[in-house]
Amino acid sequence: MDFSYTPDQLEIKELAMKFARNEMMPKAQEYDAKAELPHEILEKAWSLGLVNTCIPVEYGGNGFTAVDSMIITEALAYGCMGMNTAIMANDLALLPIVIGGNDEQKKRFLTPMTEKYKMAAFCLTEPANGSDAAGIKTSIKEDGDDVIINGNKMWITNAGYADLFVLYGTTDSSLKHKGITAVVIEKGTPGIELGKKEDKMGHRCSDTRAVTFNNVRVPKSNIIGGLNKGWSIAMKTLDHSRPMVAASAVGGAQCAFDHSVKYAKERIQFNVPIAHHQAIQFMISDMAMKIEASRLLVHKAAWLLDSGLPNTQLASYAKAFAADSCMQITTDAVQIYGGYGYSKEYPVEKIMRDAKLIQLYEGTSQIQRLVIAKEIFTR
Amino acid sequence: MNIFVCVKQVPDTETKIVPSADGTFIETSSIKWIMNPYDEYAVEQALLVQAANAGSTVTVVRVGSSKDTEALRTAMAMGADDAFLVEAADNLDSYSIAKALKGAILKSGKTPDLILTGKQAIDDDCLQVPQILATMLDLPSVSVVVEYTGTASDITVKREVEGGSLEVYGVKLPAMIACNKGINTPRYASLPGIMKAKKKPLTTLSLADVGVSDADRRVKYSNFQLPPEKPPGKKFDATDAAKTGAVVKEVVGLLRTEAKVI
Amino acid sequence: MAKILVFTELHGAHVKGVTLEILGKLSGHTVEVAAIGKIPSEATADLAKFGAAKVHSLNGAGLDKYSPEGYANALHTFIAAGSFDYVFAGATSLGKDLLPRLATKFDAGMASEVTNFVMEGDKFAGTRPLFAGKCFAKVELTGPKPHFVTVRPNALGMNANPTAGAATAADAAVDAGTIRAMIKEIVKGTSEKLDLTEANIIVSGGRAMKDSANFKVLEDLANVIGATVGASRAAVDSGFAPHAMQVGQTGKTVAPSLYIACGISGAIQHLAGMRTSKVIVAINSDPDAPIFTKADYGIVGDLFTVVPLLTQEFKNLLGK
Repeated sequence: MDFSYTPDQLEIKELAMKFARNEMMPKAQEYDAKAELPHEILEKAWSLGLVNTCIPVEYGGNGFTAVDSMIITEALAYGCMGMNTAIMANDLALLPIVIGGNDEQKKRFLTPMTEKYKMAAFCLTEPANGSDAAGIKTSIKEDGDDVIINGNKMWITNAGYADLFVLYGTTDSSLKHKGITAVVIEKGTPGIELGKKEDKMGHRCSDTRAVTFNNVRVPKSNIIGGLNKGWSIAMKTLDHSRPMVAASAVGGAQCAFDHSVKYAKERIQFNVPIAHHQAIQFMISDMAMKIEASRLLVHKAAWLLDSGLPNTQLASYAKAFAADSCMQITTDAVQIYGGYGYSKEYPVEKIMRDAKLIQLYEGTSQIQRLVIAKEIFTR
Repeated sequence: MNIFVCVKQVPDTETKIVPSADGTFIETSSIKWIMNPYDEYAVEQALLVQAANAGSTVTVVRVGSSKDTEALRTAMAMGADDAFLVEAADNLDSYSIAKALKGAILKSGKTPDLILTGKQAIDDDCLQVPQILATMLDLPSVSVVVEYTGTASDITVKREVEGGSLEVYGVKLPAMIACNKGINTPRYASLPGIMKAKKKPLTTLSLADVGVSDADRRVKYSNFQLPPEKPPGKKFDATDAAKTGAVVKEVVGLLRTEAKVI
Repeated sequence: MAKILVFTELHGAHVKGVTLEILGKLSGHTVEVAAIGKIPSEATADLAKFGAAKVHSLNGAGLDKYSPEGYANALHTFIAAGSFDYVFAGATSLGKDLLPRLATKFDAGMASEVTNFVMEGDKFAGTRPLFAGKCFAKVELTGPKPHFVTVRPNALGMNANPTAGAATAADAAVDAGTIRAMIKEIVKGTSEKLDLTEANIIVSGGRAMKDSANFKVLEDLANVIGATVGASRAAVDSGFAPHAMQVGQTGKTVAPSLYIACGISGAIQHLAGMRTSKVIVAINSDPDAPIFTKADYGIVGDLFTVVPLLTQEFKNLLGK
């Protein structure tokens, strides 16, 4: 069992962390305050190969393993969880195409993403259906060589800038998961109506909107895997995307932790640095253990994926554990900073606000526990 | 043009430096090794000159122990074409390093038109290797260069000296140019670049291969120690108008003789 | 007794101070001094006072401006002819650039920028900082002679009472040889100050500045000691200085050799931006200001009285 990174992975991590420190961190608070998308930073990340890590080599990608992509995601989230969400959302949207698309679709949709920086948006959640994903109502109706899409999507990351929408709808909502269908819609297709940008607690630089699809017509050649075949593609996507989101929680937690350790050595109270007080030491120790455990779960989930082994259970372990740990760790970071942690002058309150989302998207921490229990009890 | 860049791998600036138990060097077991920051400017400058002179090659050379994250690979990921590593301890003196670099350059079979390096390595801060290597190869050299302009063989470089003044040099290549911060903005190694670099040639040589031995050491270090603890701060009362002048005089004197910052 | 040459650079009618610091450490040895160019008689007198036995002015075509090759070629023949055991120079811009090249012409080694040294009999033993000053080591030289040493200016200190001596002055003709890198012009340092993050010396003002116009007092000091002016968040928030000057948690992080905090209380946000300064001087009328716990030298007093006095005192010290 080799827990060490390969020399390649060390180089990848070094580059990604360098980018996070030099390009993302100095601007993170500014873009969070303005709630603006940092186009230049995202494009620079893309130019260095840090975006779209799921695209295979044959379609212009860099040939990264799942573990490689976790390392990159953790580093970018260390820089700014919000900017990382805008970057990671591309993979969330493209993975269904990588997993279920045919060669023609991969060439048509994936390759252009490697030639110019474009954003993609993954559309599953609806105003009335979040955790109950199988109950989505957006309809996909056949019409000759096309399908027509009607419905409302909610909380769509990158919506305002996406060149590609990868949408899950249903041919017949009474079929539940058996009717779920995945389809690609290109920007500019008539009928895509963007809502206003949501004003969020965290990940504020990331563009999140409601999107209405009003009689949107796309050719059947845009359907991924065939009509009614979307659910299994969605499930396989989660096996990759849940560990990725978990990796971002590790990165955010690590950043908050590093800030806290530094502060604890500098802040003097009762005549000593607070790092000498047990209450602080216990918090820091718990934070450290949780980060390491979260990272190990992420890596194992990714390793299983790379090995072609089932990883659904581990993916949920990683997502739930890393998300919940990140929330605790970032809350404790603010605690360690005391009053200063509560001020926007210091970096930790932003990371705490950012942490909350990880417990919510890509399957809430409660849904992860249902998935885990199901895996355990149906063996 | 045959362009060479000499790089060194040094402890990361955040590293806690601890003298080794026997005082002959520092503890290296938990060090994070990075490309010497000033050498990054040299690699970037080499790539810029290469881009302006079609058909040029950029060869990177390093003397030191092999590392998990190899700076030569990073340089190739940035765009350098090939690399030579002379395997050696990380605490050779400047003379030995320069001689080893010379040997590696000769082994490449390419005659250098331009050699670039950083003005200093941030580990031993000796600022000697560029000048020693240039002299060993009988080349002119200019160091602390903050601007590089010109065509293939006729260049103009600006050298920073005391007081913020700039000496503007006209140089006929071949030459050694040692770079300072400000000469350019080093590019990141992109991830595709990192992947491509794996296939670029990295030749490993021994000190014997380049004709360097212990007999080449010119500078001996011993008794590595942490700097003395800062004395507790001194506080002076200047509230009494009569005393203020004397207090000021004393503090200024201490800044010169004790703190040695003026 | 070693035969030692100290290479010096001219500074108006005198030589650079570091030369005299070096001479002060070499009593008991045969010490000669050489410069490229004519050494004025006042300088010769200084050098004699500090222990130089002989002073050489080296002259030749092509040596009116510094060039690494020209100076190295010129000194090479001169030094070889003199059979010196050691060659010392100040670790100035020129010294740091010239001496390694010169040493290599003798296949010899050089100790860079020592902050102290002794001559143990005829043998040199120095101390120098490494890893940006995070540690110090003893340094010795081995191999072909002469051995070369550069010395950091202001590190040794100057002998307060140099013993009088007489020195003979001589001129020597030297050959600059072939020069392939030549100075075409020199652009004098502009009055443009270094950015705060690059500055070696910073003078900062806090809330006690009371007015943006009062920052002139700090600028006067900064001009004398070559510093960049900064400000605390309190001063910026009060409109006394622009945000670009702010040092601290939400401003710039700086790491100068010397940080002079004027009328700054030393709140944790400010310390976050300057705590790694090598030497901190604090001026504040409140003796309990937190900054005094971090200051190496604290002056309790009114900055409007103290700072102008500092400016004058530095002017005297630096001969401005």
